[in-house]
Amino acid sequence: MAVDLTINGQSHSLDVDPKMPLLWAIRDVAGLTGTKFGCGKALCGACVVHVDGQPVRACAFPVSSAAGKQITTIEGLSPDGNHPVQVAWRELNVPQCGYCQSGQIMSAAALLARKPKPTDAEIDNAMSGNICRCGTYPRIRKAIHRAAEGQS
Amino acid sequence: MKRIEHLSRREFLKRTGQTTGGLVLALSVTAACQPSGNGDESAGAAGNFEPNVFVNVRGDGVVEIVCYRSEMGQGIRTCLPQVIADELEADWGRIELIQATGDAKYGDQNTDGSTSIRRHFDILRTAGATAREMLIAAAAIEWGVPAAECVARDHAIHHEASGRSAGFGALVATAADLEPPAEVTFKSPTDYRYIGKSMDLIDGFDMTTGRANYGIDTVLPDMLYASIERSPVLGGTVKSVDDAKARAVTGVHDVIQLPGGTSPPAFNPLTGVAVLADNTWAAAEGRAALAIEWEPGANGAYDSGTYRETLTGIAKQDGRVTLERGDVAAAFDAAESVHEAIYYAPHLSQAPMEPPAAAARMLPDGGCEVWACTQAPQAAQGTVAAVLGIEPEKVTVHVTLLGGGFGRKSKPDFVAEAAWLARETGRPVKVTWSREDDLRHGYLHSVSAQRLVAALDADGNTTALRHCTAFPSISSTFDSAATGPSSGELGLGAVDNPYAIPNLQVMAGDAPAHLRIGWLRSVCNVFHAFATCSFVDELAHKAGMDPRDHLLRLLGPARQVDPAADGAEYNNYGQPLETYPIDTGRIAAVVRKVADMAGWGRELPEGRGLGIAVHRSFLTTVGTVAEVSVNADGRLTVHELWTAVDAGLVVNPDRVIAQMEGAGIFGMSLALYGEITAKGGAVEQGNFDTYPVLRINETPSAINVHIMDVDAPPGGIGEPGVPPVAPAIANAVFAATGRRIRELPLSKSGLA
Repeated sequence: MAVDLTINGQSHSLDVDPKMPLLWAIRDVAGLTGTKFGCGKALCGACVVHVDGQPVRACAFPVSSAAGKQITTIEGLSPDGNHPVQVAWRELNVPQCGYCQSGQIMSAAALLARKPKPTDAEIDNAMSGNICRCGTYPRIRKAIHRAAEGQS
Repeated sequence: MKRIEHLSRREFLKRTGQTTGGLVLALSVTAACQPSGNGDESAGAAGNFEPNVFVNVRGDGVVEIVCYRSEMGQGIRTCLPQVIADELEADWGRIELIQATGDAKYGDQNTDGSTSIRRHFDILRTAGATAREMLIAAAAIEWGVPAAECVARDHAIHHEASGRSAGFGALVATAADLEPPAEVTFKSPTDYRYIGKSMDLIDGFDMTTGRANYGIDTVLPDMLYASIERSPVLGGTVKSVDDAKARAVTGVHDVIQLPGGTSPPAFNPLTGVAVLADNTWAAAEGRAALAIEWEPGANGAYDSGTYRETLTGIAKQDGRVTLERGDVAAAFDAAESVHEAIYYAPHLSQAPMEPPAAAARMLPDGGCEVWACTQAPQAAQGTVAAVLGIEPEKVTVHVTLLGGGFGRKSKPDFVAEAAWLARETGRPVKVTWSREDDLRHGYLHSVSAQRLVAALDADGNTTALRHCTAFPSISSTFDSAATGPSSGELGLGAVDNPYAIPNLQVMAGDAPAHLRIGWLRSVCNVFHAFATCSFVDELAHKAGMDPRDHLLRLLGPARQVDPAADGAEYNNYGQPLETYPIDTGRIAAVVRKVADMAGWGRELPEGRGLGIAVHRSFLTTVGTVAEVSVNADGRLTVHELWTAVDAGLVVNPDRVIAQMEGAGIFGMSLALYGEITAKGGAVEQGNFDTYPVLRINETPSAINVHIMDVDAPPGGIGEPGVPPVAPAIANAVFAATGRRIRELPLSKSGLA
């Protein structure tokens, strides 16, 4: 059956099983591969996207639940890739392998949207669902503070 | 100055195939200097100048640099062009990076062993310098001036006396007709422009915008998505399959049994049943609907709990003596006291954030093209060729970015799965491993038990040490007859013991493997450093000494250690000891520095402690201090880490710092949580709930890194930061609580 989605401002009518996790609808059907698979059980955060502005683990979120809502993926976070979080990430050379960074950046952007000047504890709390196996956490903390300065 | 040999392509391949270790470097330098148009691979496109397989200067002046190493987070796609562009005097903004396919013409592409800089630095410099010298020669010809009067600077060649200059692009036509120089002179380090500078990540924009492509992101026209149910037990076979329900799932096209299951497992696909569908989700749903009866085979009896007892028993016995110095028996007879400890560390999984994934399609000529997140492009090429029964030359391996590797992606079994399924279905196929697949069917870091026994004199000096290390060998993955630790594995932290202990015996305990064993970031150094660095700390307390002072005393006077002098088979990571010595003076300097950084000796509140560990691996020495506390509930907090690293010359300091930060986190994961267990031959863990790794809320407030300023050739960077982390934390736990933990992970002891 068809599920109507709005991804990064564009309408998509996807012929998918309504139980299909949003992640696979985005990656395999809509063809946007910036959102990553890491665990399939909402444990690692590699698949975080925004649904109506809220961070959501797309791997455990049925595509049908996203119908009619505004979905933002890493590709749509900013038109030119210069969201303050993305800029701060590059200034501090946060990524190592880069794989988890889409989810990290989406979680960080959602945090800053609701808390423009987070403390370290608030950062840790908001970002603890995002695993980075390369260990970029110290720089993620710094980059979120940097982005907070950048957007003020 | 580097001698450049002219070898024919055939001769190069022949010699490459026969070489190991240090000679590879010389031959690869030769590969870098193959003249173009000599009947082989390196003829450039018209109007371009391709002085070697790594550099192509285009007519428009853009310098294409071929990255023939895999990027998995270590930053090599940034560091490799830094070296070439520096020697070439190219502008950073006018280079284009091209990722190499798997091809023997590039020499060694195997991205493991922390080798990309340490073993390729001279190759890369030669590649850049050769291109530079040829452009200079071309300018000299065009201007009728001596080449010695011309210099390369800012992407151009200049003749100071006449004031003439020409951009690289303008010299391409003339340069392309020249023979490469017989030898080149490297730049003076004082003239480096990029080497030693923290250049920004080449892939930084792509990685922060979702544009970066990993193996799992490959999409081919008409592609099927595969999910594979594999035998829960290594060596198991399919008794029966009922795939009716799987085939009924919407989107499922086919169910195919893979042959797999070779013994030894090597890089071959495992026994399994593949479900192929329109998308990843449908394939997974179909797979969940399979009803398979497995015959577990001989490994079905494997129980990691029972095996632990077996392994510990082996470590307690005297094993094969692999190094002997002095008269150990006599020293124990004369000892004032003896101290003994058993250390244990479990299997680990690399668990890269991107699980193994690869896509493949067959070509009309019977060849095969694959896209894969592989650390070993040529092994992938060879394995795919063998599984398909075609020539390696007919297999093209496109190397994507790797979403982490840590050794897992050195094994191309998943690439061969995709290729085999592409041939069977006649359509392009992408295989994606689930997290459960990754943890249950990987190539695990080996489980180990070690016994250390020290003889002490009346002053607490260690007069003798016996170290017996027992673990299933990685060799078992490639040789069914392999019984125990290889000399290569014993050279990862066992026989290369740097301490000034007059009587030393290192023994190996043979142990069979029941799971696929493979490399994990820093390999056996993980458990050897955990045991050795912890035991040294134990000896400090036995002697009533401060651990740092004791460490320095035990390292003894500055000297160079040669394990071979004591009978060990030791290859020093493939490099001569003259160039890369085990230098206790340099190790001691790292100890002093990291202790100073951490404010060693300062007053700490009750329940807090500092622990120190130092370990040399991959030709680099890393010292780590951890500050921890344990609260009344036994909850362990690692507050801060300090790391000093002596890696000789450093190409990109920021990437070195990043690797040390990452190693701190990776080391904490394995220290606090890492454990893979098995029952009935099957791995018990399945995802990050049962195999936890460190999260940001457990990350120390700071990981402070200092790069030692040492005039020495470059050492490894990707791995050596890991080994000292676990013992530094365990030693800090002792300092904080008086509890000596001799088992990893620390969570098993009620901590964390």
